[in-house]
Amino acid sequence: MVKDLTQMKAGEKGRVVDIQGGWGLLRKMDALGIRPGTEVVKISSQLMRGPIIIKVGNTQVAIGFGMARRIIVE
Amino acid sequence: MRKVLLMGNPNVGKSVVFSRLTGVNVISSNYPGTTVEFSKGYMRVGNEKVEVIDVPGTYSLDPNSKAEEIAVNILKDSIVSQNGIVVNIVDATNLERNLNLTLQLLKENIPVIVDLNFWDETKHLGISIDVGELERILNVPVVPTCAVTGEGIKGLVDRLLEAKAMAYEYQEGEKWHEIGKIIDRVQKVSHRHHTFLERLADASIRPLTGVPIALGVVYIAFKLIRSIGEGLIGYVLEPIFEKLWAPLMMKLSSILGSGGFIHDILIGKIFEGKIDFRQSFGILTTGIFVPFAAVLPYVFAFYLVLSFFEDSGYLPRLGVLADKMMHQVGLHGLGIISMMLGLGCNVPGVLATRVMETRRERFISATLLAIAVPCMAQIAMIVGLVGKYGTKALMFVFGTLFLVWLTIGILMNRLLKGESPEIFVEIPPYRIPYFGALVRKLWMRVKGFLKEAVPFVLLGVFIVNILYSFKIIDFLGKLTGPVIKSLLGLPSGAVAALLVGFLRKDVAVGMLVPLGLTLKQLVIASVVLAMYFPCVASFAVLVKELGVRDMIKSAAIMIFSTLLVGGALNLIL
Repeated sequence: MVKDLTQMKAGEKGRVVDIQGGWGLLRKMDALGIRPGTEVVKISSQLMRGPIIIKVGNTQVAIGFGMARRIIVE
Repeated sequence: MRKVLLMGNPNVGKSVVFSRLTGVNVISSNYPGTTVEFSKGYMRVGNEKVEVIDVPGTYSLDPNSKAEEIAVNILKDSIVSQNGIVVNIVDATNLERNLNLTLQLLKENIPVIVDLNFWDETKHLGISIDVGELERILNVPVVPTCAVTGEGIKGLVDRLLEAKAMAYEYQEGEKWHEIGKIIDRVQKVSHRHHTFLERLADASIRPLTGVPIALGVVYIAFKLIRSIGEGLIGYVLEPIFEKLWAPLMMKLSSILGSGGFIHDILIGKIFEGKIDFRQSFGILTTGIFVPFAAVLPYVFAFYLVLSFFEDSGYLPRLGVLADKMMHQVGLHGLGIISMMLGLGCNVPGVLATRVMETRRERFISATLLAIAVPCMAQIAMIVGLVGKYGTKALMFVFGTLFLVWLTIGILMNRLLKGESPEIFVEIPPYRIPYFGALVRKLWMRVKGFLKEAVPFVLLGVFIVNILYSFKIIDFLGKLTGPVIKSLLGLPSGAVAALLVGFLRKDVAVGMLVPLGLTLKQLVIASVVLAMYFPCVASFAVLVKELGVRDMIKSAAIMIFSTLLVGGALNLIL
């Protein structure tokens, strides 16, 4: 099933399949190791469309809601 | 001279390695973006003296912020001048992500050596890395270290000159594939149970548990700062001044003939045969008392608490929880870190805005810092002055400043062109602060405060005396009376405080003491002094960071909002 990061539940695992954005967004994500193929675990999300926190490798990353919506996982 | 560049991702401990190599202390903390300016130091390699540069952290060689730009420029200069070595510091617990920068560096025409830092933590995390294999693959020396304790640093220095340039070949498009292959060959991760710190880490970032934890933490932090500050003043410093310094000054006073120009400048006024350190206003009385006894205890307490938070890794989490609120003022969550630093002193607060991506964010946060974030020196004086009337009065002053911060932030966010980017940041693991590092950092900051503040305070007190003895204050008071008196409801003598506030805000607040103000006037004066204009040190750094044109814009906002808020308070209260 394909969904974006904001739709995942806390504790759910997924694999990034697509990042819907321009080169700038891709580059930013790439710097922290988020790209198609990366496995991620959702840790938590803040209320009222706050940032989403995921785990990539051994690192936790906080991602703004708008950005998180453009990261598609399966 | 040969240059050694310490490069790596943010928050991998470059500054700690730097301190270890050079013996020069720099501020290091547990959040990405502590170093926004590069520091230089020197060390010996064999018989040669080399320069070591602590480069701001960067995830890749395509810069995303001003701090990253600085990093890439230092590297480029060094490649051009052909005299550099890069020590690529890598977080061993995050090898895969860190190798991105490593492979980029290996492609540049500059010798590279890899330092696997946080080596001790890999064991707790169940990560094992085959250092020999990694070294064979990358074809450059790889040295494991634990910089906080100093383990492995000697090995790093010994092998520095073995660094090699352009050692590893790969296709640009294949970089991640290449990294994956390396990881498969050198790293094994074994399963293990979650540690207590990790469970705490998760709880402190979930909204349901995180927000109460954050409120509790901030409350305890302020409580702690106030009790430590007040305790030190009441039980240590005031007694020292009253019992030891005062008799000495009384003797000096009688030697100087108990009056006259020199006496008034050095000792100041005598009240009923006694020196009042808060009111006498001589260089040797109030001039020494203000920085050492009134302000230093709070500065010490504040940096003690702040340093603990910085090193523990809590600040970025607070940033995530505050993200929504910070977006109201056109910043994202991490903007809260520069505000926190600003509470100590606005100068490092403004410098910390360099990690922000856009000029708009930098303008908003610098302006907010200057208007509505009083520094600890000023806070200490306000607490001493207004605190006598109870905590409610204090809450009113700081509550007003917070409302000003919020309102001006929202207005700037609405009115300024452009949008602010969303938060996107690595959350570091919790670490138990390393005692030695904490003490060193605290000492550096306290020393920094004394060095920067004391001369200006003394100069401030001197100028106050000159202004009064040549009747300049009377003249200026008459000139500005209409604004100061009718708009703000303050006596015309308050103009002297506004004048001196440009030099030091703590002295300016101190000047309100002899004026005998009512509580209402004290509140207005405290708020006005915090808002109207930055002190000279902050002003200099604001001009440097914003440029002259934006500084004028920012100053216009300051002066206009001060008149508005001060006038409103005068009407309401």
